[in-house]
Amino acid sequence: MVQEKVVITNESGLHARPATAFTQLAAKYQSKISLECGDKKADAKSILTVLTLGATKGTEVLLTADGPDEADALKVLKEFLTTEHD
Amino acid sequence: MIVRGISGARGIGLGKVYVYTHEDVVIPKDKIEESAVADEQAQIMAALDKTVAQLEAIRDKTAQTMGKKESAIFDAHILIAQDPALIDEAKNLVASEQCTAAEAVSRTVEQFAAVFSAMDDEYMRARGADIKDIGDRLLRNVLGMTPLGLSHLTEEVILVANDLTPSDTASLDKRLVKGIVTACGGPTSHAAIMARTLEIPAVMGVGYIDSFTDGARAIVKGSEGEVLLDPTETEWQEYAVKADNYQRQVQELKNTAKLEAVTKDGHAVLLYGNMGKVRDIERIKQVGGTGVGLFRTEFLYMENDELPSLDKQFATYKQAAEAMEGQPVVIRTMDIGGDKELKCLNLPKEMNPFLGYRAIRICLRHPDILRTQLKAVLKASAYGKLSVMYPMISSVEEVKAANAILNEMKEELRQEGTPFDDQLPVGIMVEIPAVAISAEYFVPYVDFFSIGTNDLCQYTLAVDRMNERISHLYQPLHPSVLHLIKNTIDASHKYNKITGMCGEMAGDPVTTMILLGLGLDEFSMNAASIPMVKHIIRSVTLQECQKIASLALFMDTAESVLNLAKTELEKRGLNL
Repeated sequence: MVQEKVVITNESGLHARPATAFTQLAAKYQSKISLECGDKKADAKSILTVLTLGATKGTEVLLTADGPDEADALKVLKEFLTTEHD
Repeated sequence: MIVRGISGARGIGLGKVYVYTHEDVVIPKDKIEESAVADEQAQIMAALDKTVAQLEAIRDKTAQTMGKKESAIFDAHILIAQDPALIDEAKNLVASEQCTAAEAVSRTVEQFAAVFSAMDDEYMRARGADIKDIGDRLLRNVLGMTPLGLSHLTEEVILVANDLTPSDTASLDKRLVKGIVTACGGPTSHAAIMARTLEIPAVMGVGYIDSFTDGARAIVKGSEGEVLLDPTETEWQEYAVKADNYQRQVQELKNTAKLEAVTKDGHAVLLYGNMGKVRDIERIKQVGGTGVGLFRTEFLYMENDELPSLDKQFATYKQAAEAMEGQPVVIRTMDIGGDKELKCLNLPKEMNPFLGYRAIRICLRHPDILRTQLKAVLKASAYGKLSVMYPMISSVEEVKAANAILNEMKEELRQEGTPFDDQLPVGIMVEIPAVAISAEYFVPYVDFFSIGTNDLCQYTLAVDRMNERISHLYQPLHPSVLHLIKNTIDASHKYNKITGMCGEMAGDPVTTMILLGLGLDEFSMNAASIPMVKHIIRSVTLQECQKIASLALFMDTAESVLNLAKTELEKRGLNL
């Protein structure tokens, strides 16, 4: 299992289209991936739970990956949260 | 068998009946046997596959007809449908509580939708509605029912329904729906307006649709307001030819798009289109409309729970101004109330909404709404040729008050150094009889009048246009209405100002000659009506129209006026 705290720096946070893209990206990995934000926890492969986090720019989230491709998953998803998408 | 109704949209349509009903979902709430758990769970998975396949089909169709951007929302819908949190939860419920697949899906969807609907953020609340929409589809698939909406149609049909809502027609495919028949509503119902926009022959208000069965042959005679149910083979052939001819004629009319709207004796009038969304402009230009006589701005207020911001409005109006490339666009300020509700204002239900708190009456009590809108219009006026008009005006004081706000906004923009059109023409809707009667008092405060015939008729005749039992009393050609129109036009001409018309009547070919004769300067209508009205204008002289109009003003019933108008059209071979 690997874990890392990430501050979301992309402008629209995990709203709308970024959330859709994030979930689709997460679904490509075999590992179990979760996002935690305060007392809320989301399955990174579930758009509904990701949206419920309401994570906006500047929010710190705990990204956890557990499984055969956990290192890759963590690296790619972290990058997603910290770069601009339009 | 002949089924009679009211003409909703012209043309002839042939096809097999498809009865569209809003079938209510009944969820079986009984406990299932433990041995049935796996079966019920498999049902959820099967329904999920079907749901995803349907959503993919809708997405692809939308991408094809409306573009990639519009179809993106369905990608999100597919993702939500496949969401492991949703599906796993539903499957778990089946196992833990031994409830049916339908009950499990329904409860899970409600639970998720509730979470989103309770959020502060407007965007997230809207996702609650998405989840319900997807959940409804999933549930109907679990129960083996037809999903709502019309996107599942695959073959050509005559669509028969009690009534059609905007969400029904949003997924309506013009290539498949050959005709529309509704039990309720009249020519101004949403279904009729939609049918005219899409040029689908339609008959409204037939009362009962019990005699229509799926798969039966039907011929929709849109212009006559009649449906031929189970026609003979001879009739079928005959109308197939007529439908072809009609299509050809319509095409020929469209070819006249580039020609001017001028009578044989050289009297030119303005032929404009009505629009609701910026994308309508393309259609208006296609058929040769040289301006927009009515830009309904309501959608800006209705699509969100919040009032539209200055920036959002400015962007929309600027887009419209630019799309018309220097040709005029008349923007009507917010016309909410009456039959159009507005969530963000939380308006109380009224006993008499059409005589109540609506349009400019709301705007003058909440001047901030008008301030924002007028400032946005002014800012956008630097990018094209815009005008503004106020709806539901009943007194001179209201015009003065609205104009005062307009001037205040001009001053603000001057201070900010933002460019705008200082000569922005200002008009009022003439839709309350009081204004039509005393039009001369209003002229000094405006640059133009625009007659809204739908409301003018309903207020003058005291007839609710949506009430089928009295729809025969809704007579746009009633002598009183004609005199009010004449009075309005005359008042404006006396001061060298102009009068336009943006109600249904402006686009009705039957009334074109009379309106020309009364001196109407600008006709603004649904884009689909422009070619036919232009054809009539180009086939007559102003002089003969003036004679017909003065004859009409002497008649004492709407029926005799209608007969006169029809006879005069027939004489000239203009009855389509």
